[in-house]
Amino acid sequence: MLLQIHEPGETPVPHEADASLAVGIDLGTTNSVVAIARDGRAEVLRDEAGAALVPSIVAYLDDGEVEVGEVARRRLVDRPDAVVSSIKRLMGRGIADVTALGGVLPFEIEDGAGMVRLRLGGRRLTPVEISADILRALKARAERALGREVGRAVITVPAYFDDAARVATRDAALLAGLEVLRLVNEPTAAALAYGLDRSVEGLYAVYDLGGGTFDISLLRLEKGVFQVLATGGDSALGGDDFDHAVAAHFLAERTAELGAAERPTSSEVKLALQTARLAKECLSSQAEGSWWLDLGERRTRHRLDVAALERLMQPFVQRTIELVAGVLDDARVSPAEVKGVVLVGGSTRVPLVRREVEKLFGRAPLADINPDEVVALGAALQAEALTSGSDTLLLDVTPLSLGIETMGGIVEKVIDRNTPIPVAKAQEFTTYQDGQTGMIIHAVQGERETVDRCRSLARFDLRGIPPMTAGAARVRVTFAVDADGLLTVTAREATTGVEQRIEVKPSYGLTEDEMADMLRAGMENAREDMERRLLIEARVEARRVLLALKAAVDADGVLLAAADATAIGRQMDSIETLLSGRDRHAINDAVEALDRLSHPFAQARMDRAIHSALAGRRVDEIDAATRG
Amino acid sequence: MTQLSTSTGERPIEPREEPGGKIDSAGHGAAAGTPAPFACWSCRGPVAVGEAFCATCKAVQPPGQLDHFVRLGLTRGFALDTAEIDRHYFQLQRQLHPDRFAMRGPRERALSQQQATSLNAAYETLKDPLARAGYLLRLSGIEVNAEGCNTLTDPVLLSEAMELREALADATDVASVDVIARRAQVDIDDCLTELAPAFRAGDLDRAGRLTTRLRYLTKLAEEARFHRLRRARTI
Ligand SMILES: Nc1ncnc2c1ncn2[C@@H]1O[C@H](COP(=O)(O)OP(=O)(O)OP(=O)(O)O)[C@@H](O)[C@H]1O
Ligand SMILES: [Mg+2]
Repeated sequence: MLLQIHEPGETPVPHEADASLAVGIDLGTTNSVVAIARDGRAEVLRDEAGAALVPSIVAYLDDGEVEVGEVARRRLVDRPDAVVSSIKRLMGRGIADVTALGGVLPFEIEDGAGMVRLRLGGRRLTPVEISADILRALKARAERALGREVGRAVITVPAYFDDAARVATRDAALLAGLEVLRLVNEPTAAALAYGLDRSVEGLYAVYDLGGGTFDISLLRLEKGVFQVLATGGDSALGGDDFDHAVAAHFLAERTAELGAAERPTSSEVKLALQTARLAKECLSSQAEGSWWLDLGERRTRHRLDVAALERLMQPFVQRTIELVAGVLDDARVSPAEVKGVVLVGGSTRVPLVRREVEKLFGRAPLADINPDEVVALGAALQAEALTSGSDTLLLDVTPLSLGIETMGGIVEKVIDRNTPIPVAKAQEFTTYQDGQTGMIIHAVQGERETVDRCRSLARFDLRGIPPMTAGAARVRVTFAVDADGLLTVTAREATTGVEQRIEVKPSYGLTEDEMADMLRAGMENAREDMERRLLIEARVEARRVLLALKAAVDADGVLLAAADATAIGRQMDSIETLLSGRDRHAINDAVEALDRLSHPFAQARMDRAIHSALAGRRVDEIDAATRG
Repeated sequence: MTQLSTSTGERPIEPREEPGGKIDSAGHGAAAGTPAPFACWSCRGPVAVGEAFCATCKAVQPPGQLDHFVRLGLTRGFALDTAEIDRHYFQLQRQLHPDRFAMRGPRERALSQQQATSLNAAYETLKDPLARAGYLLRLSGIEVNAEGCNTLTDPVLLSEAMELREALADATDVASVDVIARRAQVDIDDCLTELAPAFRAGDLDRAGRLTTRLRYLTKLAEEARFHRLRRARTI
């Protein structure tokens, strides 16, 4: 038999010709990692020198060349103005968010509304474009290592990323020519890497402190089910903050030594941060040391020991511990009930962090998988599960509450945080004034009661409400969050059925037009890619129709007239032939023709079923049934 | 511009309590024989109401309007075992979660998303005893007011609620907050044990009263927890 019928829910292996490889990508603030899984075993893809981590640093050179990773880092010394790092902190952010980060930033930001833009080596770039360059480098690395095309990826995001940052990540992948199979939360991916090869059961906490973000997730593991119970964090808290504190300390020392200086330039801050980071990392394994700050004319020398470093880091570490306590409390779980704590992220190498986590949970944390690689390994496992089928189940939650703005700037929550996704919830609203014909729907995300304390996601106008007396209109607003954690808002006026559906385009996101322009500019083969995707879709659909019809014939063949059977069989054969070609229009047309040919057969099957369902019912019931 | 306002700058709309979920009785214990099947979107053959997959071609179907108990394959009633709810929920999500349909066409992906969404709604409602009690009452056509004790009409309940609330307001240290929290917990447990027989006996009056009591006790326990966290932090 040529065709094989799959059990419900089983993901069929795509045909060889359609399959580009699917990888897992940890797109980190400081470092990014790409991995692949085969037969349930994941491995990180390394460069020629054997390095797994790609520093998330991009250099934009004058000749238009773009460099990513270690090479870009080396440009920092002579071309700091052309180099950007920690771009993840700006994903989905507006200018106000960036200034709120405070201090002198290692970014040169352009003024303007919407998504921030950076000036780099004479170019103007959005965080989405810069992240896309990192993703392109990872895709290239994977293709080199695997010797095949890589077209699809599971990409991880901090669990605490808001909707705008998630959309920005998805857009970056699109620009890089990667189909996003799923956005998976980083701690969930780490749990997957930990939970799969051992049969762990019970409650586990994942403490993920990376370069730029902190996430804490509490999961229940049970026979291949990874159920997230609660999650929390801070999308602007991480090793970068340690670096900033140390750099500020060094710069203050320098000012004291050299006398009052000008505010350091953003290039000087970039260099000071590099030194600070080096000092911090050294002090994870040694007791003290001294470092040179080599800025402008003068060099200054700075001593630091572990005790002084820990004083600088303590407030940030304390904040993570409070967030952990909050998440345990949300889930009504005491620290003692947690069977294991998994450490993820480079900053969990800091001894102070380990000590504080151990103190809170009263047990030594697990760190036997490399904390830099574990997220990418989990993402790769999920990529394999999605493309080749699997028994494991990831059940994640919304990290932040979603709500709508009502009178006086008060937020009415529609979806609470820690609700399992996918989720859809509706709420009804009514008009306030006689004859009111429009209404502004403003979606926000966050835990606070007032709109100004939450993050604005999107705003749209529902128009065309028929004029009625106040309170008579019934507008049903539905918030739906899909399995990637992305929000769609729909509003519908019940009396007329006027419906407006918008997929929330975040206030700090790219518009459709900007996205289209970038796609055109960035990918000469965008068109080809699109064509190929459409062909694959046409084939998937044709195979589905063939399988469904074959199953129907097997079950109800007696209802199929002989003449129809011949015609249908012939048409099925010709679709089979077309499937090995590349003409998607021909495939679609043939499928439509088959649809028409098999219509009488479908009708006969339904008629028979309805008759047998109705058999034995009273006449008035049959009447009611036919009317309904 | 004012909030949730009209485009002409008028004042905003008022939130309105969502009326009880509409439940179609088709598909579970309908009095009149088997409900008519609907046509599978994929092979266009008949599918029985309430089935998640077409028996013939195995295509995933729209979730339809089932009550939460039917959806999770559980017997309608208040006494439910949490482990059993989990087992049914996980088993169904294993088949219907969008992760299982990542390689399918857009239609199947959308349907699985809807199915998983409905499963989550059922799970969230039935897993939590208070939500479950409220839902059972709603299935019987009774709305339990969500607004807690401001709307308590039963004088006994009202005075109990006021007393507890005052005690909580007066509590100055963690220990006395704990005493109130413990008392609330004992009362919550009492409510839960009494609710099962009340529902079983079809005594909806009593079930309604118990649910109202459970609601404000839960709210109180919540506040006590909050107070406690704050007190503990300030030390
Ligand atoms: N030995 C060490 N001691 C202290 N900090 C370290 C050490 N090694 C790495 N780090 C810090 O870990 C951080 C990078 O960690 P990681 O690569 O996990 O982050 P990321 O995945 O890029 O960031 P995020 O997950 O926040 O997006 C940096 O701040 C780095 O300085
Ligand atoms: Mg990370």
